Amino acid sequence: MQVPSQVEYERATSVEHALSLLGRPETRALAGGHSLIPMMKLRLAQPELLVDINGLAELAFIAKDGDQLRIGALARHADLLESTIAAEHFPIFRDAERVVADPIVRLWGTVGGSLCQADPSEDLSAAFAAARATAVIKTSDGERTVPVREFHLGPYETVIGRGELLAEIRVPVRTGTGSAYEKVSRRVGDWSVAAAGAVLELRNSNTIQEAGIGLTAVGAEHFVAAEAEDYLRGREASPGNFKQAAEIAAAHCHPAADQRGPEDFKRHLVAELTLRALARAAERAFQ
Amino acid sequence: MTIRISVKVNGTEYARDVEPRLLLIHFIRDELGLTGSHWGCDTSNCGSCVVWLDGKPVKSCTLLAAMADGRAVRTVEGLERDGRLDPVQQGFIECHGLQCGFCTPGMMMTARWLLDQHPDADEARIREAISGQICRCTGYENIVRAIRWAAEHP
Repeated sequence: MQVPSQVEYERATSVEHALSLLGRPETRALAGGHSLIPMMKLRLAQPELLVDINGLAELAFIAKDGDQLRIGALARHADLLESTIAAEHFPIFRDAERVVADPIVRLWGTVGGSLCQADPSEDLSAAFAAARATAVIKTSDGERTVPVREFHLGPYETVIGRGELLAEIRVPVRTGTGSAYEKVSRRVGDWSVAAAGAVLELRNSNTIQEAGIGLTAVGAEHFVAAEAEDYLRGREASPGNFKQAAEIAAAHCHPAADQRGPEDFKRHLVAELTLRALARAAERAFQ
Repeated sequence: MTIRISVKVNGTEYARDVEPRLLLIHFIRDELGLTGSHWGCDTSNCGSCVVWLDGKPVKSCTLLAAMADGRAVRTVEGLERDGRLDPVQQGFIECHGLQCGFCTPGMMMTARWLLDQHPDADEARIREAISGQICRCTGYENIVRAIRWAAEHP
C-alpha cells in the first residue's frame, strides 16, 4: 500500500492567497496531482504543505489574445487537446496532448503541472520549447516572464521559487507557421522512448525564417535541438535539409540507455522522428 | 492532524474527519464502506479505481480525499437507478464483459461517461476511452462489445 507521508492541506481561494501560502517552506502547489501524489507515495517528494489550486478558475483558460496564444496553467490536458483555437495555430499541441498519458489522466492533469514537474520524459516541455513559448510566473511583487527554454534547470527542477506560481504559458502566433509532434512509446499511455516536435515559420513560401525543434526524453539541453535549428534557419524547406537537420539533432542530444532502449536506438528515433515532425510541420505551413 | 471534509457521494452527503494524505479511493472504500470501487495498482495505470468527480472520471488512487471536499463523487454503486441497472451494467452481463471483475467498476464508470459524451461511440472511440485501464482477463473484446451493447440499448 502506497500512502503519502503526513502533510498539511490548504485550498487556495485566489492567486494572492496561493502565493502567500506558497511562501512557506517545503510547500508545493497541488493541481492535477498526477505527478506529485505518486512522487509523494514514493517519498521522492515530501512537502509539509500542499496548496490546492484547483479552485482558481482564473488560471483555467485557453485564448488567443492579439498575436499570442495564452494557455492558463490550470488548463487540463483534455482542454488543450480539444481546443480548436490552439489546434488552428499550433497543431503540435494537439499532436502532443493526444499521447500524454491516457484519456482519464488527461481530464484532470494540467498543462502547468506538466511543465512544473519538469520530467525529462514529459511531452509538453519539448512542444512549448519548440514553439518558443514564455512562462508567466506570479510573484508577490506581481509577475515575471521566463522563456520556456530557460524554465527548466534540470530534471524535476524549474526556476519557480518559493512564493511563486506558474500562471500561464504564452505562445507567439506567426503567420506561415506549421508544427507537429511525433512520439514513439512502448505502449499507449507510456512515457516517450523518444519524441520530437517541430515548429517551422516559412517566408516567401519556402524559406525557413525560424525553426524550433523540441526533443523529449533524450537528454537535450532545455529540451531543444539548437544546432539543428541553426542549420535550418535561412535554408529552403526541403527533404534534404530536413534530413540533415534531423541527423544533427540526433548527433547532439544525450540519450541514456534504460529499460526503454539503448542509446543508439534512441538516437535513431531522434533522427527519424525529427525528420517526420519537420516534414509534417512544413506540410501544415503550406496549407 | 485531521481536517473536516464533506463529499456528496452518489447523491448522499458525507462529512468525515480525515488526514489530508488520505487518498480518495481509501476514503470511498474504508471510510464510507463503498467497496465497489477497486484499489488496484496505486500508480494511476490500471484504472480499476475510476470514479467520477464533479461529473468526470478520475483515478481515485491519485487524488486526495481532501481534493473532493465540497465536490460530488459518483461510484459504481451510483450507476443503478431506482432498482434498474444502467445499460452499461446490463451490457456487461449480456456480453460477458468481465471474468474476475476487478477492473469492471472502473471500466463501467468510464463507459458511462463516454456514452454520455458520445452516445453512439464506435469501437475505435471505445478502445481509446478505456486505453488508460487494464483488464487481464478478457483481452478487452467483450468489454468493447458490452459498451457497444449499452450504446445500442440506451
